Amino acid sequence: MQTVILLLGITLMYATPLVFGALGGVVSERAGVTNIGIEGMMVIGAISAAVTGYFTQNPWIAFIVAGLFGALMALPHAIASVSFAADQTVSGVAINLLAPGIALFACRRFFDGAAMSPMVVKLPRILGEEWMKGTSWANLNVNVSTVIAILLAILVWFVMYKTKWGLRMRAVGEHPAAADTLGINVYKTRYICVLISGMLAGFGGASVTIGIISRFTQTAIAGQGFIALAAVIFGKWTPFGACGACALFGATQALAIILGGGELPIPSTVLSMLPYVMTIVVLVLFVGKSVAPKADGVPYIKGSR
Amino acid sequence: MSGLVKFLRRPIASTLVAVLVGLLIAILLVLVTGYDPLQTVATLVHGVFGSPKYITNVIIKATPILLTGVAVSFAFRTGLFNIGAEGQYILGTIVATIVGVSVNLPAVLQIPLVVLSGALGGALLGALIGFLKARLGIHEVITSIMTNWIMLYLCNFVVSSEAFHNPNSNTAYPINPSGYTMILPQWKVSDEGIEYLLQHPWLRDVLLKTDLNVGFLVAVFVAIVVGILLKRTKLGYQLRAVGLNKDAARFSGIAVERSVVLCMLISGGICGLAGALNITGINPHTLSTLVAQEGYGFNGLSVAFIAGCSTVGCIPSSLFFSALMYGGMTVQQVVGVPSEIINIMIGIIVFFTAIPSMAPWIADAIERRRSRENKNLAQETKGEEA
Amino acid sequence: MEPDSSYAVQMHGITKRFGNYTALSQVDLNVRKQSVHAILGENGAGKTTLMNILYGLYQADEGTIYLNGTPHSITGPNEAISNGIGMVHQHFMLVENFTVTENIMLGDEVCGPAGTLDMRMARKQVLDLVEQYGFEVDPDARIEDISVGMQQRVEILKALFRGAQTLILDEPTAVLTPQEIDKLLQIMDDLVASGKTIIIITHKLKEILRSADECTIIRRGEYMGTVDVSQSSEEDLAAKMVGRNVNLKVEKTPATPGEVVLDVNGLVVRDDRGIEQVCGLDLKVRAGEIVGIAGIDGNGQEELVNAIVSMTKAEAGTVVVGEEIQNTSPRNAIAHGVSTIPSDRHRWGLVLPMMVSENSVLEQHDKSSFGKGIMLDYNKMHEYTSMLIKEFDIRPSGCEDERIAGLSGGNQQKVIIAREVTQAPKLLIAFQPTRGLDVGAIEFVHKTLISERDRGAAILLVSYELDEVMDVSDTIAVIYHGKIVGTFEQGTVGEEELGLYMAGGGAK
Repeated sequence: MQTVILLLGITLMYATPLVFGALGGVVSERAGVTNIGIEGMMVIGAISAAVTGYFTQNPWIAFIVAGLFGALMALPHAIASVSFAADQTVSGVAINLLAPGIALFACRRFFDGAAMSPMVVKLPRILGEEWMKGTSWANLNVNVSTVIAILLAILVWFVMYKTKWGLRMRAVGEHPAAADTLGINVYKTRYICVLISGMLAGFGGASVTIGIISRFTQTAIAGQGFIALAAVIFGKWTPFGACGACALFGATQALAIILGGGELPIPSTVLSMLPYVMTIVVLVLFVGKSVAPKADGVPYIKGSR
Repeated sequence: MSGLVKFLRRPIASTLVAVLVGLLIAILLVLVTGYDPLQTVATLVHGVFGSPKYITNVIIKATPILLTGVAVSFAFRTGLFNIGAEGQYILGTIVATIVGVSVNLPAVLQIPLVVLSGALGGALLGALIGFLKARLGIHEVITSIMTNWIMLYLCNFVVSSEAFHNPNSNTAYPINPSGYTMILPQWKVSDEGIEYLLQHPWLRDVLLKTDLNVGFLVAVFVAIVVGILLKRTKLGYQLRAVGLNKDAARFSGIAVERSVVLCMLISGGICGLAGALNITGINPHTLSTLVAQEGYGFNGLSVAFIAGCSTVGCIPSSLFFSALMYGGMTVQQVVGVPSEIINIMIGIIVFFTAIPSMAPWIADAIERRRSRENKNLAQETKGEEA
Repeated sequence: MEPDSSYAVQMHGITKRFGNYTALSQVDLNVRKQSVHAILGENGAGKTTLMNILYGLYQADEGTIYLNGTPHSITGPNEAISNGIGMVHQHFMLVENFTVTENIMLGDEVCGPAGTLDMRMARKQVLDLVEQYGFEVDPDARIEDISVGMQQRVEILKALFRGAQTLILDEPTAVLTPQEIDKLLQIMDDLVASGKTIIIITHKLKEILRSADECTIIRRGEYMGTVDVSQSSEEDLAAKMVGRNVNLKVEKTPATPGEVVLDVNGLVVRDDRGIEQVCGLDLKVRAGEIVGIAGIDGNGQEELVNAIVSMTKAEAGTVVVGEEIQNTSPRNAIAHGVSTIPSDRHRWGLVLPMMVSENSVLEQHDKSSFGKGIMLDYNKMHEYTSMLIKEFDIRPSGCEDERIAGLSGGNQQKVIIAREVTQAPKLLIAFQPTRGLDVGAIEFVHKTLISERDRGAAILLVSYELDEVMDVSDTIAVIYHGKIVGTFEQGTVGEEELGLYMAGGGAK
């Protein structure tokens, strides 16, 4: 029982930043813009949350600011992809190069040349700091960013499938020319979606620095953005599918950690591989071909319909 | 002025504009954060060209990213995004180390064996990614990202394994010296060599203070061969046709699945080669525990994109990249500007190379403005005449 | 002509340039209210560009648009829609994985509070429209699951849903059966009777004579005049459209068929979604004859062609060209003397970013005539391409090293035909070979098919244009729901009867 609780707790902890990132990916790609730059946008979210948290001592402001800076980091990607019909893969890679540079540059400027921030305030836990402290139940007392992630997943799903904005966004990602002939502004829609994508990724970064490790380090975001990207494809570009993929990934991480703590004679390095190997195995066994939104990654140029 | 417009319409202009913009923004950032931009640039230039040792190190550090750059360019030209270059590079280092430690043959056999087995390791990993894509339709980006991490932990596994762990260190055993690929490794430390080098301080700097090795020459050779392969051979033609339009390629009888696997095999092999050459050519000639991705694969992406995915273009692009990274370290030590300024700059450059329409767009803007001015001028002269 | 409120649409002196290319130059259009006005012109004459300007997708460089006699500047589809203009594009603007209702309300959604979709209300409104105009459309079906004719009615509903008074129909009959065309013309009559105005873009003369009141003719972007249709003949219109007298008949001698070259037996093919598209099809094509497959888009034509050349898996049955070649590889089909002119040249036929010379050796690049060993000999490719360019009059001459994307559609098609025909195939499959081509290019394609037949090749012509199948084929086979439902000698069957078969209604 204790193990199950522990497993669940660690799963939630690992999955949370991924869910933010994956939701960002879904929003951008369903509107037709590939976003390899999620990782970079998460890094920016991570540093802005740490810096804001340090100077304001308010985790909520830090969380919001992280979202705003994430969106700001997404802006150049939007400009290149939407207005200049740029190669979206290259532009996304550029974001991933730029963001860690900017983050560390900022970190050194704000914290006397250190590549790591001091400890900063954390987001509160959902049931208060003292609940069941010392027992394994406390593992389920995750910080609020987990709840925010779940709520956002529901919100994204609701907006995508139950509102007119979602209908338009999906139309823009599937058949932009059709949307254009009905007076929907393809460019504006894509701009908004890429910016929201950056914002969600920024939240994801914050959920690491002020949710889990309570400081910014160079390796705070080390590949979560890419895993989130894989989750988007794995989850077939749907919000819940992507969340499921993130949960699966989180669970295998948790499994690796728990097995590592046990008596099993498996080296920790092999256990660390487990989540990544599992992802590939699951893909091979169950998923197969995933079909991207038709216009994903294809710049829309008026007149070339 | 019309020369400028014409120049801006050529493909190379986009790259140069991107580099220029990157440089300008970086300088601006230096200025805004309160450092002296002139001193920064001067230090950067000194850090690259200041001594034969610096220049040599730039070349040494350019070697792996030239190869990964060529690998990424090659894959990109054939329609695949090899973001797994990192993992294939790591596997190259792993296999090269294992073989280099376990086998001890004369150098003429040892060197090719170690280097080629490393390349083979990368090639097989690439082929696996290609196979999963071609046969099962699994997106190469997912498998690439996953294998990057798997390889990282595999490396750590080997480093910590009983058979290979070098006690009291975070490395594995170094490979047997017969596998080393430095230039004149024995001669330069022999009495005769030392005596000769004492009289030639320039050469001494280059040979004794660095790990100058044959890697860069191999890499340049690979870049050129792969360029010819793409441009001038039947296989290259097939791969490009698949990359540009896989439906038409299949319709005309080209085996698309085979081509995807083959392409990833070659691309992975080049990355593995990069890893193997780093093991044979550079101290400590072995694996170390990795805490994060080392970035050889990801830097390869930048090199490739700055080169516009031309394999031969990767040669100057990798040198440029390496120079910035190496010089950036000096800048941090001397001026105090965080070396991340270089990452930012490279990011900006890659960003602008993503927009090849940029330079022609500027050309159009210049032309429009000029024709407007001409019109105004014409009207003015008309007015005067009246 | 002065602006006048008895005209729904007037476009005066419209000029549109794309870069250095002038697509339209000083074109006029005057459409009376409650009439059907045809715009006639060849492919590429500028008809669609003119309508895209009216619909706000492009802005004219010069000229004025009057709606009901008052000048309007239409800067986007939104202005066009709010001024009562609706457009049905030739390539339907429908999101394939959306339902009919979702497609109809897209951009003008029926909403409850806070932007939430009110699907129940939307469905009801769609059903009301469906009833009002007597369309047969299921509001809950997904676009990818319904027929082309029905998709077109969805497009018309989209316009009506937005309160369109003037409807632009771009080549609406291109993919319909004669019966569906009748139905469409009936719908158009009903719409005009209920007060709407219709502009129909077409290059088909018969339909203009049957449906339109007036006709404006455009040739190479220039205004050629407006005629009263009741005073005109097919020949007049054709001459005005092309600028010379055209021979509308395809000239050929009777066929002298030889041995069977292609023998398809009990072929079954499923599409990517697992739905059976070819259901036990039998077909024979002999040397020296043209067999034309008539049928509506989506009745298994694509799967049939793809299975013959091993692009898709044949679930059951055999394809024999000399020996069984089903489920081998496209390469093997080519090796057995099968050449294909694919339906979508940009998707299946050409590698657009590559040079003309690279494209002209796509199937043959690994032959020893184009290089030794692993190397490719660009000089030889260049020479070979020069020969094709000369022989097939591909323009511009000297385009060997240009990207093929820069050639006109007709010349791109000529490259494909030159490449396929030069291999002297035993079986030539021509799938929609004249799609999007102008009259001159169509004549060329048809002549080539006939001369290949006379050389002794077996020709399988698959086309959605019934006229083309009837004019060119020696034998006409009708495909419906993945089966051949009727086979006729040329000249023994009329359009109406074929149409019945195409709609699945023919005598069994």
